[in-house]
Amino acid sequence: MTTIVDELDELYALSLRGLEAAATTEALEEWYRATLGRKGAVQLQTRKVGQLSPEERPIFGRRANEIKQALEAAYEERLAQLRAAELQAQLETEALDVTLPGRRQWRGRLHPATETLREIYRIWGDMGFQVYRSRDVETEEYNFELLNIPEHHPARDMWDTFHTTTPGVVLRTHTSPGQIHAMRDYYPEPIRVILPGMVYRYEQVTARAEMQFNQVEGLAVGTNITMADLKGTLVDFARRMFGEDRLVRFRANYFPFTEPSAEMDVECVLCGRAGCRVCKYTGWVEILGCGMVHPTVLRNGGYDPEVYSGFAFGMGPERIAMLKYGIEDIRYFWGNDLRFLEQF
Amino acid sequence: MRVPISWLKEYIDITMPVTDLVEKLTIGGLEVTGIDYIGVPGGSDRERLVWERDKLVMGHILKVQPHPDADRLVLATVDYGGDETEVVVTGAPNLFPYLGEGPIGDRQLYSPFALEGAVLYDGHRDEPVKMTLKGRKLRGIYNRCMLCSEKELGLSDEHEGIMILEGDYSAGTPVQDVLGDVVLSIDVIPNIARTASILGVAREVAALTGAQLREPSYEVVQEGPPLAGAVEIIITEPELNPRFVALVIEGVERKPSPFWMQQRLRLAGQRPINVVVDISNYVMLEMGQPNHTFDHDFLRERADSYAPDGPIEIITRLPHEGETLTTLDGISRELPPYTILVTDRAGALSLGGIMGGEESEIAEHTTNVLLEAAAWNYINIRRSMHTLKINSEAGFRFSRGVHPEQALLGAKRAAELMRRLAGGTVRQGIVDNYPNPPDQPPIALTADEVARIGGISPSRQEIKEMLEALQFAVKDRGDHLLVTSPPHRLDIEGSHDLIEEVLRVYGYDRIPERTMGDTLPPQRNNPELAFEENVRDLMVALGLQEVITYRLTTPQREAKLLAPGSAGPDDHPYVTLSNPITAERMALRHNLLASVLEIATENSRFRERIGIFEIGTVFLTSEEGILPDERTRLAFVLTGPRRPDHWKEDQAPTYDFFDAKGLVEEMLAALQIDNWHVAPARHPSFRPGRTARLFAGEQPLGHVGELHPLVVETLGFRNDFAVLAADLDLEAIYRRARSERTVVPVPAFPAVHEDLALIVDRELPAAEVAAAIRDAGGFLLQQVELFDIYEGKQIPAGKKSLAYHLIFQAPDKTLADREIRRQRERILQRLEQRLGARLRE
Repeated sequence: MTTIVDELDELYALSLRGLEAAATTEALEEWYRATLGRKGAVQLQTRKVGQLSPEERPIFGRRANEIKQALEAAYEERLAQLRAAELQAQLETEALDVTLPGRRQWRGRLHPATETLREIYRIWGDMGFQVYRSRDVETEEYNFELLNIPEHHPARDMWDTFHTTTPGVVLRTHTSPGQIHAMRDYYPEPIRVILPGMVYRYEQVTARAEMQFNQVEGLAVGTNITMADLKGTLVDFARRMFGEDRLVRFRANYFPFTEPSAEMDVECVLCGRAGCRVCKYTGWVEILGCGMVHPTVLRNGGYDPEVYSGFAFGMGPERIAMLKYGIEDIRYFWGNDLRFLEQF
Repeated sequence: MRVPISWLKEYIDITMPVTDLVEKLTIGGLEVTGIDYIGVPGGSDRERLVWERDKLVMGHILKVQPHPDADRLVLATVDYGGDETEVVVTGAPNLFPYLGEGPIGDRQLYSPFALEGAVLYDGHRDEPVKMTLKGRKLRGIYNRCMLCSEKELGLSDEHEGIMILEGDYSAGTPVQDVLGDVVLSIDVIPNIARTASILGVAREVAALTGAQLREPSYEVVQEGPPLAGAVEIIITEPELNPRFVALVIEGVERKPSPFWMQQRLRLAGQRPINVVVDISNYVMLEMGQPNHTFDHDFLRERADSYAPDGPIEIITRLPHEGETLTTLDGISRELPPYTILVTDRAGALSLGGIMGGEESEIAEHTTNVLLEAAAWNYINIRRSMHTLKINSEAGFRFSRGVHPEQALLGAKRAAELMRRLAGGTVRQGIVDNYPNPPDQPPIALTADEVARIGGISPSRQEIKEMLEALQFAVKDRGDHLLVTSPPHRLDIEGSHDLIEEVLRVYGYDRIPERTMGDTLPPQRNNPELAFEENVRDLMVALGLQEVITYRLTTPQREAKLLAPGSAGPDDHPYVTLSNPITAERMALRHNLLASVLEIATENSRFRERIGIFEIGTVFLTSEEGILPDERTRLAFVLTGPRRPDHWKEDQAPTYDFFDAKGLVEEMLAALQIDNWHVAPARHPSFRPGRTARLFAGEQPLGHVGELHPLVVETLGFRNDFAVLAADLDLEAIYRRARSERTVVPVPAFPAVHEDLALIVDRELPAAEVAAAIRDAGGFLLQQVELFDIYEGKQIPAGKKSLAYHLIFQAPDKTLADREIRRQRERILQRLEQRLGARLRE
């Protein structure tokens, strides 16, 4: 018996060495067939069990099983090793020059005016101001008279107006007519709205002036609204739009539909008050006009100015975008050159 | 309005630095839009000339002698404050009158004197070019210094002679201290037109800084013969001409005005002419009250023609029909019926408050002047200027409202200056017709109201003081203040106006910032806007770039979208402008696609692939009312290669009809519009046979298709690619879209995939086959997808093969083979019956 068992152990040791020597998966498969296959060495050796006595047979059988299992396990492990190595080698050969350009995609983008409008909507939306839109073509009554700008009043010089061939019909020069529409729609509720839209001015188109541009006006009406609310609210807006630590100032101005009226300036975004071409060396850039709603306008909207008060403001999204992005020519916006638009 | 600080200081002390003053004025509503530093340092313009204090000083001209070798040159001996006097060679013609052997009598003549090394402007160059003064020989005499002209100092273009200042100066004083100045440009906003004067600005400075105002004297010494009975003023339209004041000054000399007056006028932007004209302009700039000088003797002569011994009758009235007037700019003007005239019985003399007439204007020989200062209705002045297309300094002020009280003060001030500076004698008496003083009742103001609107809580006393600083008359009535406007303001109509004044004096910068605590209004969604923005995002997600275009166009530009020979899509009239700024933008557009195509065409110069869209308004005149219908549409244009070039790929195929249609399909699916279909269509902009009209039920939604090749050519696209486009009614799509969404469970049982190839008539639209399959397939048929179309050898002529992937799935079980077979047979049977379709074996 000893001889057969010894042979088995020798075979085991020999097989392990053979396993180590198999350098490829093919060689390993070959080893498997020669060692653990049906006609493999281990199988042949176990057949020698017949030479043993019945008492010895179980001992030999156990030993043979142990060796088979050990070789199977060693095979699996070796196989995994070889596969990993082979895969590794294959991956190495399939390496790419990752510095080659990728496949580009056509990407859609929003127009910068839309992006700016949305940012304005979002900030005002957070403060409870909702979007109210009204028409582009208006009556002079809504565009001027109801806003406390009577015919021939010198204040009309502030808006160079496109008139249509229909008497009394103009292209709105501001979105302020929406103030009257909103008040008449919502009376007697308190109001917080912003009024975006395209407005038109009789103006030669130059790098600094357009005949068509977006405007966003705002209107708040209630029973407890003061100039301090106007300042606080607009400062909040300016800081969110232009940066937390920007300085903001208010200076007296004139608009026929507000009294008192003001202009809000923000510290120049480009030079930060040092003085540059954009701020005309003043260190400040004009962002919006604002004021407390004129009693006549409140009354025209249906609100009693003795009870209600409110503030209004107006700004130009394209102008804001120009300041934020350093755009020097307003004609870029409606020029829609893709080489401009694709920079956003 | 240009405001020289030196002039301003005549009425108010200014101790703060210029930049602080500028800040105060700007915050207070007098926006300073520019600061000119004249010869003194300051500002950020490095190109500007600064007069060096040690090299540009006042020189006292002691004597003027002939040059030994040159007739056109003289030698001036100048004391410039140095140890010795300096002899300067100069050709200045205005020194020749002083030529003599000895010292110049008792006249104190001074001139800016430049020492060697001083930087000046070159007087011989047209452009301002700086040069450094170097010593050189002039006709044999060495010259190292120079007497300066205005041009060399940068004060004006005057280079005829040197500047000669007569008066009490002292030799060696830096020129900076004498002529140096800072001029502020102040934006005059319509409601503070009172600041269109130096005194008006000084009043504001007084209120904003607390300094004491010094008004000029309005006293006039009248020593001439009495005026009573000699001049009569008749006002026929008191509404338009509330006041008219006249004075007569006799014996004025027509000489240049004194240097200080010329200098002030120049700095304020007015060219000095002669002392009479200069005084008139000076008083207007000083007080904001325009005035007018007539040739008195001319008026007297005319008066003799209608009333030999009677008075000169000045009548202000509206024009007679067809009446014209030649204004002093030489233009004969037809007068609108509302333009008020200053006339006498013989005819029109001037446009009241706007511009004088040529005939009655003071002339070279005038010695006796009739001085007018009047008040005019500002709205009527603006309207007249607008119609007559005239701009004038007087009109600028009158059209913004000048208080009638100023008329008398202005007349007296001007008359006194003519007496003192032009050697005139003022006749005794003032003719003052004042039929219509403004109605300015006192306004009640409470501290509560100031707090309610202004957001600040000053006491009644503090409010009173702030208003008094602006010269309001304020009475404290215990619970409220009664406030009367000062006699130079017409803009105060109610308590809201007073609150603005209080806030301005208080300082806008000191108003607190508060977070709104008022009741929040009912919060509402804006579904139309949300939808639009959603569609924008969808189009962007589908790879398109948003554009925004002009809404103004011309019918001709839009007509480019009509293929030759086709009828127009609509003959709706356009909304047109009566005053277009350019003929290229004179009507509001009908067609959004036309706008987008213009942009696409322009971009085709440097881009092959163009994929752009716009959501925008078109305008159609309306049957009802005067305002047009404003409709929101969506248009897109797609052309060029379907994907960007890549080194690893062959050239990409270019977009075709199905790309555009696919885009529309994706959009409609995302907006949950079902029950839509397309039909082949004809449209004048699109290519016949490759155009589809889109419907939701019966509702047309617009067109999608390939642009007509002739239209592409007319537009001028630079490439030969097919141009795909769509023009859609976004409002109709909005009405059909669903925003709510019901989620169905993800299938728990396996799907069965089947392929089905059918042979049908070649002309049969594929959509009908797909619809019939869906119909017959029942609820187990989840998806029908066309994957191949074939025509050719194995198919009978006139037929085509359509191959579909079908997906069957049940929500509650795994489908058995026989169930699928049954469905498949049913579909085949139905298709054969309805469409004559056969299974392709």
